[in-house]
Amino acid sequence: MTPAEGTSAAASDPPGGPAPAAPRFPPGAQVRVRDDWPERRGPCHIRTPHYLRGRVGTVERALGRFPNPEDLAFARPAPERTLYHVLFPQPPLFEEGRRGDDVLVEIFEHWLEPADPAATEKAA
Amino acid sequence: MSAPARPESIAALDRLLEALRTRGVVTDEELAARQASTDSASPETGARMVARAWLDPEYRALLLRDGKAAAEAMGVSMAGAPPLGVLEDTPARHHLVVCTLCSCYPRAVLGYPPHWYKSFAYRARAVREPRAVLAEWGTALPDSVDVRVVDSTADYRWMVLPLRPAGTEGWSEDQLTSIVSRDALVGAALPQAPQGAVGG
Repeated sequence: MTPAEGTSAAASDPPGGPAPAAPRFPPGAQVRVRDDWPERRGPCHIRTPHYLRGRVGTVERALGRFPNPEDLAFARPAPERTLYHVLFPQPPLFEEGRRGDDVLVEIFEHWLEPADPAATEKAA
Repeated sequence: MSAPARPESIAALDRLLEALRTRGVVTDEELAARQASTDSASPETGARMVARAWLDPEYRALLLRDGKAAAEAMGVSMAGAPPLGVLEDTPARHHLVVCTLCSCYPRAVLGYPPHWYKSFAYRARAVREPRAVLAEWGTALPDSVDVRVVDSTADYRWMVLPLRPAGTEGWSEDQLTSIVSRDALVGAALPQAPQGAVGG
């Protein structure tokens, strides 16, 4: 693995235009964490935990904009991305735990997509 | 405790420092200042912030709004430190901080993270069975209290503002600071008023 060569497999921007400057998701928005596994494609540095891939949560608030760590880790120019605090109900994450408990996680915007109603029902 | 550094690691660090000095990226003075602030950071800083927040509503509001500014108000240098978020415990919600990806920890106000915080066991279990982890450490939360695990995955660092325990009425900032342990500042324990404690 030679990170200095910039061979990151993250390539985490979803298809489409450049990242918007204003937060895409307001507080309360239902979002799904992209079910993407860049670590299977090659060297990368990502700040989205495994256990949240494909999971539906609720945006608590936007925390600000920060240089994308997936680029910073490979010494590439790192465009800023909106970082959110996203809340996930605990029991469905691991199918254990107590209703009312939850997990609050910092997730970058390019890892989030709007959750469709079916997915929301499944997670509730 | 971590293993002693290998000689080749120290040699590589020396070469890196030499290159940074040669290129004017850092000076010896800057390195010494950073080393001093890193070494002087201790959980007593976070504990004092909590104690002050218990006593002073205005400081509490500042702490919850902007942890970094609240630390600076205590004289802590936060230059170059990540933003500090403060999680307010309530009678209905307890917060527990973990970094499942590595060991993100609010070092500027809590110092070096304890060994257990960086362990695979804590990182795997805290997010999955926080109540069991807390119970093993002697904190049994009542069923009326929800647990919110905060997985510190990115650019913020998180500290907990615990509930002020009963029996501490009339206590001074120093007395209150003394009962806020390092572990309570990430929600792994609760501040306890000593049995039979007398207010000052």
